[in-house]
Amino acid sequence: MFWQQMVNGITLGSTYSLIALGYTLIFGVLNIVNMAHGEIFMFGAFVGLMIAVHANVGLAGALLAAMATGAVLGYLMEVLALRPLRRRKVSELAPLISTIGVSIFLESLALRLFGAEAQSFPPVSSTQVFDLAGVKISMVQIIILAISCGLMLVLRFWLEKTKLGKSIRATSENIETANLLGIDTKKIIVLTVMLASALGGGAGVLVGLAFNAIEPTMGITMGFKGLAVLILGGLGNITGAMVGGLLLGVAEIFSVAYGVSSYRDAVAFGMIILLLFLRPEGLFGSKEQQGGR
Amino acid sequence: MKQGMMKKLTAGLMAVSMAVMIGGCGGTDKAPAKSSGAAKMGVISYLTGAGAAYGESIRQGLELARDEINAKGKVKIELVFEDSKGEKNEAINAANKLIHKDNVLAIMGPTLSSEMFAIGPMVNQEGVPIMGTSLTVEGITEIGDYVFRNSLPESAAIPQSIKRAKAKYNLKKVAIMYSDNNDLAVSGYKTIQQTLKEEGIEVLGVETFADKNTDFSAQLTKIATLKPDAVMVAGLYQEAALILKKARELGINVPVVGNNGFNSPQLIKSAGAAADGAVVASPWFPGKDDPKVKKFIADYKAKYNKEPDQFAAQAYDALQIMAIALEKSGSNTDRKKLREQLAAVKDYDGVTGKFAFDAKRNPAMDVNVLVVKDGKFTELK
Repeated sequence: MFWQQMVNGITLGSTYSLIALGYTLIFGVLNIVNMAHGEIFMFGAFVGLMIAVHANVGLAGALLAAMATGAVLGYLMEVLALRPLRRRKVSELAPLISTIGVSIFLESLALRLFGAEAQSFPPVSSTQVFDLAGVKISMVQIIILAISCGLMLVLRFWLEKTKLGKSIRATSENIETANLLGIDTKKIIVLTVMLASALGGGAGVLVGLAFNAIEPTMGITMGFKGLAVLILGGLGNITGAMVGGLLLGVAEIFSVAYGVSSYRDAVAFGMIILLLFLRPEGLFGSKEQQGGR
Repeated sequence: MKQGMMKKLTAGLMAVSMAVMIGGCGGTDKAPAKSSGAAKMGVISYLTGAGAAYGESIRQGLELARDEINAKGKVKIELVFEDSKGEKNEAINAANKLIHKDNVLAIMGPTLSSEMFAIGPMVNQEGVPIMGTSLTVEGITEIGDYVFRNSLPESAAIPQSIKRAKAKYNLKKVAIMYSDNNDLAVSGYKTIQQTLKEEGIEVLGVETFADKNTDFSAQLTKIATLKPDAVMVAGLYQEAALILKKARELGINVPVVGNNGFNSPQLIKSAGAAADGAVVASPWFPGKDDPKVKKFIADYKAKYNKEPDQFAAQAYDALQIMAIALEKSGSNTDRKKLREQLAAVKDYDGVTGKFAFDAKRNPAMDVNVLVVKDGKFTELK
């Protein structure tokens, strides 16, 4: 049972990681918490579902469509809700409130477009279940884990080695200096928000596949979990998002497995509070505050 | 200035309410109570708003029954419909109008339990028999001696499905899962515990979840290691469908006995093949091999061009029961006599099964215990 619960925990955790990656990217560059990320995630799930049901393009097609939708929503959010505030140099709280507005708008829109009822993906080949010495792992679980680990590695490599990645890091270090160095920071910011939102949209499809319930309010709960992971792993840190997500998932599952199921969230979040007492900067966070707008 | 406006406003309001009153009076003038010799039955139903689908089914079930009863000719029934919009205060207004203005003999409805709790005490005090056709929570008939219902409360439905499942699958030890932030599921859980104790079935473990949860892997992995003969679940169909899916994935292939939340075609739609083996008690089983049921479905389809649901079937039976009591009481105006005869109804054979009122005016009836087989609800025998 221990290993089966481990598999459950890692699957749940990798979905948290996927969502937290998007939060982390935006926080790293813009130094704001994007409260609309959960709703972009939900929209991605719905678009993926519609594509899978009506277009018959398989998982890859659904994933691509969801990521494209996420990117478009991210672009619109940046241009309509974030950029005007940045230009006016308002307080740091304003963009936070602005993204909350975007999240409420997206949720209401989804209610109208897709209805309040939970929907699920049509059964695909990925519902196959493997049995490894008594531990049952479904194809979906493997796909989710592979994609989120793969994404993390690609992201890290991309940020470390490529020119564009270096520009993003320079922008997150200090916007004015990056500007002086000849980096088009406006473009970099748009790119980052779109990338993070595309990740969110893709995560929507994968989570929808794993748990088979897609509904307009799913963004809130998953969004809060992603937010917790963001803080647990250390603000703006990609490895932190990945490890933090897995930890939170495993902690939740194990508090049900060896404790009482009513307290699953209480135990998991209690652990986060405890950890923040000991390491206020999070697991992988650095001591000094960084990032600029 | 301000006062002037207030005055205008009051005058306007008065004009409107006068108009409504006059309009209302005109309505009753057209429908004389005595000349047709029909007994006037008021109906309070949820006819507009979010839950209008329930109220509509109930209205159609009642109208179908009324037409049949009047065609038979032993008694004549006239229905006066009032819309409660699913709101307590609207239900109170409707009850007042039916009792004091339309002077009805009895009332059918209302649709929601909360509405019954709002109007029941007043209707009971006036000595008007009232019968709910869709109320499943505890404490409805405790309101008073004039309050009846022909819908089975959950506390009576769950034990029957557990007993039937025990007989069929030889259950000795089971696990329970319930949603701990849903009142209905928590009271369902209590009924499940109580019944299991009475039946001498061992409870291996109790796991909880919350409405809107999507991940049940930890709870079900735990349950899988306990190797229960069945899993009891109290929750809504959304979570129930996900639990069924995950359970089958983890190799839990035993029957899953559910509460009323399982009683929805949506359960099968979203759980797919994993729904096979789900057991639920239902007052209405359209697949029953019974000429009465078949005739009811055919008549309903001919009239409304759709399949009757549980609410239509229960409403249909309710008016038939009312007609039996009315015939025995021999009066179109004596409410007290009607109540006595209503309380004495037994051996009515309706589309939802054999029916009688128990001492507390709740239905004493056999419920259909259904099991999902090959993606369809079938009778568990």
